[in-house]
Amino acid sequence: MSMNSRLTQLENEPAFHPLVLVVVPVLALILQGYVPHLFPHFGLLDLPLLVVIYFAITLRGPITGTLAGMVIGLVQDAQTGHPIGVNGMAKSIVGYAAASIGIRIDVENNISRMLLAAVFTLGNSLLIYIIERRLLGFDTRWLWLHEAMRIVVNALVAVVFFWLLDRLKRKG
Amino acid sequence: MESFFSRYKGLLVLGIVLLAQLIALATQIHRPTVAPVADARSDGHHVRIVRLAVAVVVTPVERLLTGIGHGTRNLWHNYISLRGVRQHNHDLQGEVDRMRLEQMSLMADARQGQRLQKLLGFRQQYIYKTVVAQVIGTSGSDQSRVILIDKGANDGLKVDMPVITPDGIVGKVREVFPNSAQVLQINDQTAGAGVVLETTRIRGILRGNSAGQLQVIDLLPDDRIKPGERVLTSGGDQVYPRGLAVGDVQSIALDKLHPPYIALTLKPAANLSQLEEVLVITETSAALALSEATGSDAELHSAADTAASALPTVETPESATPGTPAAAPVQVRPGQALHPDRFTPGTVPPAAAMRPGEAQPAATQEQH
Repeated sequence: MSMNSRLTQLENEPAFHPLVLVVVPVLALILQGYVPHLFPHFGLLDLPLLVVIYFAITLRGPITGTLAGMVIGLVQDAQTGHPIGVNGMAKSIVGYAAASIGIRIDVENNISRMLLAAVFTLGNSLLIYIIERRLLGFDTRWLWLHEAMRIVVNALVAVVFFWLLDRLKRKG
Repeated sequence: MESFFSRYKGLLVLGIVLLAQLIALATQIHRPTVAPVADARSDGHHVRIVRLAVAVVVTPVERLLTGIGHGTRNLWHNYISLRGVRQHNHDLQGEVDRMRLEQMSLMADARQGQRLQKLLGFRQQYIYKTVVAQVIGTSGSDQSRVILIDKGANDGLKVDMPVITPDGIVGKVREVFPNSAQVLQINDQTAGAGVVLETTRIRGILRGNSAGQLQVIDLLPDDRIKPGERVLTSGGDQVYPRGLAVGDVQSIALDKLHPPYIALTLKPAANLSQLEEVLVITETSAALALSEATGSDAELHSAADTAASALPTVETPESATPGTPAAAPVQVRPGQALHPDRFTPGTVPPAAAMRPGEAQPAATQEQH
């Protein structure tokens, strides 16, 4: 299959209603802020990150992925006490990378989705660690056990979460 | 040239986005040294607008979710799950009665302590006015310990106001919006406070770490510091009033980043991971509220008497009130001896009546 025909096929693939592209990230951000208040361990899960990964690999546009990552990351930063831009930068890179990979591999498979979620969770944490430690001079420490738990939780939830988001797709 | 831009437009957009955010970060970490301390802590105007915009969107939804959650919980607790409430109520009434008595005793001690501090020239800050606020959200990140409360500038909240629970300190107000505010918890890695160890009176700096633990740093090794010791606010940071509970020492370890010093890890007094309601201290006073601080003479006298009765005293004629006859000193006499000897009072004549070489009276000789 030539590159042009592949791109044409991608353009005709199911997309989302514009409302979905707004409501889902907003809901994810609100839930991410509200639920840890009731269940502190929910903080291990990064729903906005999963939204970035999902839209990036589904829409398959590096620019879309970058911008989605930036906006969601900045809103997340605004809810924290840290300088605005830490999550924005990390999620911009994750969005770009996820979209670039989404063009090349089968992202409908649950195993590949789980692996992608795991890899990008680790990547996101690494980027935040580097930005905070090297750029901002924070005394941030790398906690292996904590990060391992984050990776596992995000990877497992991603399968269910992505499946739920698949239901919101519309045929083009 | 055109093909270069179209070929790498994704990468170029990423580069521009990253550069813009990098510049934004750089402007935020710049702190003006000439500005007042409170201004230096707060964000710049442009950053504040971003946080305000997010708060305006997020706060109503989180407030609604909290309301629904509380409504459901109240419905269950107030109307459905009422088994054993009567007995529980009876027990609580007993507890309230006991605590009232305890409170009266503590108030007497507090007033006495205040008088003594006044005498010693201390100036202590007392919590004067608080605002009760409900926690409606968090930062959602385990890297940042920030909570969102449902009170804001319209309720009199300002940046840097301390936030507490009855158990201990929680943090301070970081950002204030019209109807909500962000509170930076004391276990966030950017937070800090001045603390003092309760028994040893060693002062230190409290800070959070990236794992969300509380640590007291910059302490020299000291054998007197033991796990379990209570840590209180020292008041030296000009944010938290002194004497509020911070936590208990959990472990003592060498500070790996600053080898000669040790770092204490604390167990927070307040349950920082699951906060429901908090108190924001909006005003502090140099004295207790007038109604509490100035008791009646009878109460003050009672407090003094309570303290006096607990201490050993010596009655002297000078201590009696002028104008009233001094009470006769009570003469204590020993009881009668069962087996009198020459040391028993009354068995030996006074020295003035004795002469050198003269025989002793018969009663004395019989004892020998």
